[in-house]
Formats: sequence, C-alpha cells, structure tokens
Amino acid sequence: MAQATETFYEVIRRQGITRRSFNRFCSLTAASLGLAPAVAPQIAHALETRPRLPIIWMHGLECTCCSESFIRSAHPLAKDVVLSMISLDYDDTIMAAAGHQAEAILDEIRTKYKGGYVLAVEGNPPLNEDGMYCIDGGRPFVEKLKAMAADAQVVVAWGSCASWGCVQAAKPNPTNAVPIDKVIRDKPVIKVPGCPPIAEVMTGVITFITTFGRLPELDRQGRPKMFYSQRIHDKCYRRGHFDAGQFVEEWDDDGARRGYCLYKMGCRGPTTYNACSTVRWNDGVSFPIQSGHGCIGCSEDGFWDNGPFYDRLSNIRQFSIDANADLVGGTVAGVVGAAVVAHAAVTAVTRLTKKR
Amino acid sequence: MSGATETPESGRFRGVVDLAGVRTGRGPTIYVYEAPVRVWHWVNALCVAVLIVTGFLIGSPPPTVTGEASAHFQFGYIRFIHFAAGEVLTVFFLMRIYWAFVGNRHARQIFYLPIWSGTWWKGVIWEAKWYLFLTPEPKKYVAHNPLAHISMFFTVTLGTIGMIISGFALYSEGAGRDSWQAKLFGWVFTIFPNAQDVHTWHHLGMWVIVTFTILHVYAAVREEIMSRQTMIATMISGERQFRDDRDD
Ligand code: HEM
Ligand code: HEM
Ligand code: SF4
Repeated sequence: MAQATETFYEVIRRQGITRRSFNRFCSLTAASLGLAPAVAPQIAHALETRPRLPIIWMHGLECTCCSESFIRSAHPLAKDVVLSMISLDYDDTIMAAAGHQAEAILDEIRTKYKGGYVLAVEGNPPLNEDGMYCIDGGRPFVEKLKAMAADAQVVVAWGSCASWGCVQAAKPNPTNAVPIDKVIRDKPVIKVPGCPPIAEVMTGVITFITTFGRLPELDRQGRPKMFYSQRIHDKCYRRGHFDAGQFVEEWDDDGARRGYCLYKMGCRGPTTYNACSTVRWNDGVSFPIQSGHGCIGCSEDGFWDNGPFYDRLSNIRQFSIDANADLVGGTVAGVVGAAVVAHAAVTAVTRLTKKR
Repeated sequence: MSGATETPESGRFRGVVDLAGVRTGRGPTIYVYEAPVRVWHWVNALCVAVLIVTGFLIGSPPPTVTGEASAHFQFGYIRFIHFAAGEVLTVFFLMRIYWAFVGNRHARQIFYLPIWSGTWWKGVIWEAKWYLFLTPEPKKYVAHNPLAHISMFFTVTLGTIGMIISGFALYSEGAGRDSWQAKLFGWVFTIFPNAQDVHTWHHLGMWVIVTFTILHVYAAVREEIMSRQTMIATMISGERQFRDDRDD
C-alpha cells in the first residue's frame, strides 16, 4: 500500500517516469479536458502537492470492454500513470493481489481513506434473487457495491452498464440488472457511458478527479459536459451529406462508396451524446461512421431496446410485435380513413333512401 | 354571411346547402368564433399540414440526391420548413391561449371538458348515436358538439402542447445545451434520457393528429351538409346559422 501522504507526482516518479514526461502529461491533459494551456502548470502543481486519491475499480455484471478500452488509451502516459495508480489500490482484473489478500485491500482502503477515495464501477448489480446473479468474493455484488460506495468520495459509473443498464438490462432483463445510481443514492455518481467508453474520455475523467479532487461539470444525465454535451451528429464529418439529402440507401450502393450519410441505414448519431466524432478511437484512427457503419447509440439509455439498429425509426417496445411509429400510426390512420369512407357511404345511402 | 336581418324561416331544414351562401333554411344566427379563433384555426391547420408532410419526410427522407454535396441543401430545407412551421404554430397557439382568457366563452371551450355537467354527457351520448345512425337528428350546438369537443381537447389542445414540448426539446439537441430551447424544454430528457424515445413519441403524435384531421374534416363536411346548423361557413365567418328554430 502507498502511504497516505504520497503525492501523485511521487508515485509516477517511483514508476520511473521522467519530469519531462510528467509535464507533457499535464499539458496534454489540460488540452483533452478542454482547459486553457495556462491550466497545465496548475495541474502539475496539484499533482505535485496533493496527496493522491486512491481509486477502487470494481466489476459487476459486465464484459470488461471498459477495461479493455481503458488500457488502449492513446496517450501512453495517461494509461501507465492512471493504471499503475489504480492497480496500487484495487481492480479485480489487473491487480496483483488475489483472494483474501485482495478483499483485505478493500477493507483497508475503506477504513483508511474513509470518504476520500474514488469508487469506479464497471458493470452493474442484478437485483433479482437478492443479487445472486452476480457473486463476487462470496457475496452478492450489490452488497459489496453498497458497502464500498458508502465511504467513497465520488462514484464513477464506467460504461453503459453502470450508467444505464446496457445489454443485461435490455428487455426482458431476467436478472433485474439496474444502473448503479439506482442503488447508490446518497453519493454523486458520474456517468461515463459508452459500450465501451472512449479510452481518452475515461483517462480524462479520472485525471480530472484526481487532479482537482472534485467532479467535472455534469449535465442533466450526470455525464461530464466536456465529453458528452454534443451529439455524434453535431460533429460528424458526413453531416454535409445529411443536410444535402445524400444518403446511403443500401449497404453496397454508390452512396455507401461515396461515404454519404448513414441516416437512412439507422444511424443513431442524431440522438447519441458522445465524443466519438471528435476524439475517435484507437489513437484517433477511426470511429464507426468513418468505417461506413452507422452509430448504434451505445452510450444512450436503453439502446438495445431502441432497435432495429439498421432502421431509422425505432420499434415501439410496448408492442410485442415489431412495429415502429409509422406502422402503428399508419395502421390507425388507415383504419380510421376506411371507417370514414364507409361512414360516408352509409350516410349517402341513408339519405338517398330517405328521400325516395 | 349574415342572415340575421332576413326573416327567420321556421321549420325543418330541407334540401341542399349552397356553399355560395344561398341558404334554403333560415334560422337564428349567433356570432360564435371571433376573428382570432378563426385566424388561429386556419393558420394552425396550414402549419399542421406542413408539419405532417415535412415531419414524415424527416422520419423517411426522400431518395438521395446526387452530385456535389455543397450544391444541395434538400434535407436541410425540409428540416428548416418543419422548424419554421413549428415555431409559427407555437406562436399562434400561445396567442390562442391568450384569447381563451380575453375572448368570448366559446374561445375557452377547447381548453377543458365539462365532465361535471350531466347535460354535456347526455350530449356525448346523443351525438354518438347520431354518428351511429341510431337517431334521425343531431342536437343543435352553439359551439362544438360534445364529441368534437372531446376529440379537440385530447388531440388538438393536449396534442399540440405535446408536439410543441417534444418538438422544442428535439430542437434543443441541435441548438445546443446552452440554448433557450434547452433551458425551457431540456427537462424532457430527464423523463426520456434517450432522445430517440422523444423522436418516437413526437412521431406517434403526428399520427394522432393525422387521425384527428381525417375525422375532423370528414365530420366538418358531413355536418355542414347534414346537421341543423352551419359548420365550415361558421369557421370562416364566425357566425353560426341554425337551420330551424326549434328549441331542442
Ligand atoms: C403538429 C405538429 C407537429 C408534427 C405533426 C410533427 C411531426 C414530426 C415528425 C413526424 C418528425 C420525425 C420524427 C422522427 O421520426 O425522427 C418530426 C421531427 C422533428 N420535429 Fe416535429 N412535428 C410537429 C411539431 C413540431 C414543433 C412545434 C417543433 C418545434 C420547433 C418540431 C420540431 C421537430 C424537430 C426538431 C424534429 C427532429 C428533426 C431532426 O431530428 O432532424 N416539431 N416532427
Ligand atoms: C380543410 C381542413 C379543415 C376544415 C374544413 C376544418 C373545419 C373546421 C370547422 C368547421 C370547425 C368548427 C367546428 C364546430 O363549429 O364545431 C373547426 C374547428 C376546429 N378545428 Fe378544424 N378544420 C380543418 C382542419 C383542421 C386541422 C388540420 C386542425 C388541427 C389539427 C383543426 C383543428 C380544429 C380545432 C382545434 C377546432 C376548434 C376551434 C376552437 O374552438 O378554437 N382543424 N374546424
Ligand atoms: S452519418 Fe449519422 S451522425 Fe453522421 S451525419 Fe449522418 S446521421 Fe448524422
């Protein structure tokens, strides 16, 4: 265990990271958080003087794609630094400790840093059968989650699982998996949705919290504004084709080859808040739309139930058959229209026969 | 189209109505819909028609156009017309609400249902029978008949409010988090965190209004011909002429 008084700077120097790299890290972080260059020295100062924040990273019902994304952060220093900090504390996937030793770390941090650690949660708790669908360290994950959250300073919800529920909470949700803010009600929960979230977004959020010791500004849904205040659509490089009315109509048509807008192919960019179209993935190489596939809205609430992914209009979940708004509404309007015609016919016949 | 000065001709309405204004029946005439109500009605009807066409196209865009993207703004114009019509509709709806306070009592009718009134419920049943061909004659109404009233309250009054709220919430997504649209209507996304749901509800709302319009226009034409009072003419001139002067 690290000493309570150790600073972030001391930790990374111990990891063999140079002063120069540290300074680069600070300015890159300032840039990725959308802060002015003048903030970089402030970040450096904070990291040199403030005792570092311990981070606990817990895993509930999930697929580990958030961790996989995180370790691929384009900025290696952010990855190394943040990762080594996290593994110092607790992360069931990447820490060296195991078994009782690992569980002991949890207890230790909980008592030693009471009210002063970050709880990062990947995945979510299933509530059915008293939480028996996710047993972690011999007890239901939901209990462990509540216990660790009780003494945390802030809680970070990694990914769509922790933020919204994701695939395990999709209809019919047999295990009754719920987003973590349904069971953690007395702590600030910062949501970093995405399936997975973008690596740079994750390291950015963690760095912000560890640097400033507070949450970044959140939006109505509890997401950090710096990464989630615009839609994919708002910064999509195919937007010009959208406004022009140039759409891909079939996967193999000319429009697809020309890179037209994927709106008609069900692109959820217009309703998805995330940073993919600006930060992109894998060191800024690409993102789904750039690869020719529409956005499926993976960072949005209930995106699995808002399919089909390849139709512009979502099915209405309340109907057990597959029906979108046009099918439901068009059928109603059609039936009413036919009834009106029939009614008019009866009216005419009645009048004619009455006259005679 | 005032018939008030002419001698009222009693007795049942017989024969055909001439829409040019020559009426075969002569009954008492009452001024029902004041000018702001009428202007709102027709402006609203026009906006709704435009919103339905453009809204449908927003959900299912027309076939793709070819050539240089910068040479076209087709979908942009469709959306622009939708938003412009939506904003006009909103302004006129606010004006209509204002008029409900200062106008005559018929100006208030579509904003509430008198569910506490036994007479009104009897009227609902009577009109339902009339449309089901179970009774030979409708009642006379100064303003809307109770069935029309119900459909207007739910689909137009509540429906328009719903479309305005969901429409401006969707608009705020493009306008940005700090826009006034987001400040006023952003709460919609607390109820529906995924904006796609708001799209779906807004889209279903369109079909509610389409269905209302089919019924409404049919009923207006039918009642113009069949009822004991003028209809479409009333929404143009504001005056209702009854075709008989029996009390009931
Ligand atoms: C009777 C009134 C209205 C009707 C019938 C109507 C209809 C529609 C329809 C069918 C859509 C497509 C929904 C989808 O599947 O994505 C739509 C989208 C939209 N409507 Fe309306 N609408 C109405 C009023 C309004 C109003 C008052 C506004 C506010 C300005 C508005 C703003 C929008 C916006 C912003 C969109 C989304 C456009 C986009 O995503 O590109 N609508 N409307
Ligand atoms: C060609 C199309 C239309 C015609 C001929 C028409 C005709 C009429 C008539 C005759 C009335 C008076 C009914 C009465 O006195 O009881 C009326 C009232 C009304 N109509 Fe329409 N209408 C049309 C389109 C629409 C549309 C598209 C809407 C909205 C979606 C609409 C909404 C209303 C409402 C809300 C009233 C009540 C007005 C009030 O009391 O303020 N109408 N219409
Ligand atoms: S591809 Fe998707 S995100 Fe990009 S402009 Fe088209 S609809 Fe919007």
